[in-house]
Amino acid sequence: MSVIRLEGAAAKSRAEAIRREADEPGSSLVRFGADKPLKLDAGVELSPFQVAYMTYGELNAQRTNAILVCHALSGDQYVFGEHPATGNNGWWETMVGPGLPIDTNRFFVICPNVIGSCMGTTGPASKNPATGEPYGLSFPVVTIRDMVRAQAMLLDHLGIESVLCVTGGSMGAMQALQWASSYPGRVFSALPLAGAARHSAQNIAFHEVGRQAVMADPDWRAGRYLVEGTSPRRGLAVARMAAHITYLSDAALHRKFGRELQDRATRTFSFDADFQVESYLRHQGSIFVERFDANSYLYITRAMDYFDLVAEHGGVLANAFKGAKTRFCVVSFTSDWLFPTSDARAIVHALNAGGASVSFAEIVTDKGHDAFLLEEPELFAITRGFLEAAARDRGLPPVKG
Amino acid sequence: MLARDDGAVHGAQTGGRVDLVVIADMVAAGTRVLDVGCGDGQLLKLLGETRRVDGRGIEISREGVNHCVAKGLAVIQGDADVDLADYPDDAFDYVVLSQTLQATRRPRWVLEQMLRIGRRGIVSFPNFGHWRTRSQIFFRGRMPVTNNLPDAWYDTPNIHLCTIRDFVELVRELDVKMERAVALDHWGRRVRLLAPWWFWNLFGEQAVFLLTRKG
Repeated sequence: MSVIRLEGAAAKSRAEAIRREADEPGSSLVRFGADKPLKLDAGVELSPFQVAYMTYGELNAQRTNAILVCHALSGDQYVFGEHPATGNNGWWETMVGPGLPIDTNRFFVICPNVIGSCMGTTGPASKNPATGEPYGLSFPVVTIRDMVRAQAMLLDHLGIESVLCVTGGSMGAMQALQWASSYPGRVFSALPLAGAARHSAQNIAFHEVGRQAVMADPDWRAGRYLVEGTSPRRGLAVARMAAHITYLSDAALHRKFGRELQDRATRTFSFDADFQVESYLRHQGSIFVERFDANSYLYITRAMDYFDLVAEHGGVLANAFKGAKTRFCVVSFTSDWLFPTSDARAIVHALNAGGASVSFAEIVTDKGHDAFLLEEPELFAITRGFLEAAARDRGLPPVKG
Repeated sequence: MLARDDGAVHGAQTGGRVDLVVIADMVAAGTRVLDVGCGDGQLLKLLGETRRVDGRGIEISREGVNHCVAKGLAVIQGDADVDLADYPDDAFDYVVLSQTLQATRRPRWVLEQMLRIGRRGIVSFPNFGHWRTRSQIFFRGRMPVTNNLPDAWYDTPNIHLCTIRDFVELVRELDVKMERAVALDHWGRRVRLLAPWWFWNLFGEQAVFLLTRKG
């Protein structure tokens, strides 16, 4: 009994630590006061607001070795190393670190938490200074461009005029493309992985299922659950379960689980998690609700749905990158059905039409959309080669040894 | 014909692909080059190192592309038969098809696209009119297999082989100016400059043409 109680206490204190992250993150933080509002696409200003971020490595004297890493929907600023609130590993341990493809011995890596998230950058879980309560649904709807605007203000704050590279996967790729389009002069190179220039109808549909699951949970309380002391755990878990399927592939699910049963020899003729895949999804759902704010999930999925660089440029994507000096490397994965290769090709065609320097590689893998986060040697070789060429052409000294 | 300049490159840098040396000699320094069917990026690398060109590539094989990008070259995975249409007019100074034209489904269309995208085009291809290929068909009655055409008929990617004379005829039809032409013999030596076409067609194992759009 006492062990269980202790575990319960540990879980509670972890939940509190995560909750605290929304206002007082364990990372670096910059606060923008009333003199520096964030002008949002929704037509309103967010002020004051704050951006939580992590940096790794050292900025060189010329300030030319910065790499901006943009996280995906459920990511945060903790790229590698232990997460101060959850105790988990960083989300891109395979890619970023000393000696890794995005080498922190060589590059100065900046990863900000996006606007609307819940890990220290202002979002619906943050305290609204006007009311003293969490924003909840009074938080304005934000867009990918708003996220990028806030990041640009962060770079200004850090005294970095332009970055060597902007990179990220999925929603991170959307930000990288938005960066190249909105601030071409500040982006020497862009490496969008498993992304698209617009969110597809199918992806919007999946997001809507997730949002409806959250909002159908009676504990959501019309978005006021933080004030009312409830938590829409079941709704958010279902949302995550549905989304998680889209991050994998049929082949990967089959390889991992097949039709294997979970801790039992035969079917139970009930609605227990008989199959391993059910048990796995339930686990994914339950760990997600521990660390993520349900309203943030609504806001960030909405931001992705609204993302459409094509419409933003009069229906011609090429205009988004007209005369771009930025060099691009677009990467897709064969089994990614959420952001399929055809989406990547649309970006590449537009870049070619705009006369930009672009590389495009499709990597063969059965790991689905999540492949960009996983062990993919070809992705690592491509990232190294692309960054190396960019570094060389920007005049960074070659790697020693 | 132009003389070889000081920046001339040599076979050792191209793993024996003499046509790449000839192509590199035709490209002016500091220009923009699109290499269609760039393989593992040998020519782009050579042009970058010896001519300081701003080089891009298209390659159909994933392995080739991933290899190129890992080397820091700007290469996309794509199909010349389809993807050339996406490039704007005059995007490049040179568009290169080194040992690629004969593997395309629509060579004529590809040539037209090439000279739309670039003011100049450089084409190298294996000459099917060479005496060795002719004699293999004539004496043995079999599809030729040579150093330049190493695959059996059922395995080869080369679906539109032509002779030097065929190519010259097509260039005339396209109303394109032939600025330079080089034929290379079995040992990679240039075939005598002032020899007539029939001589080139018989003794040139490979040919390299520099084409320019008229007007």
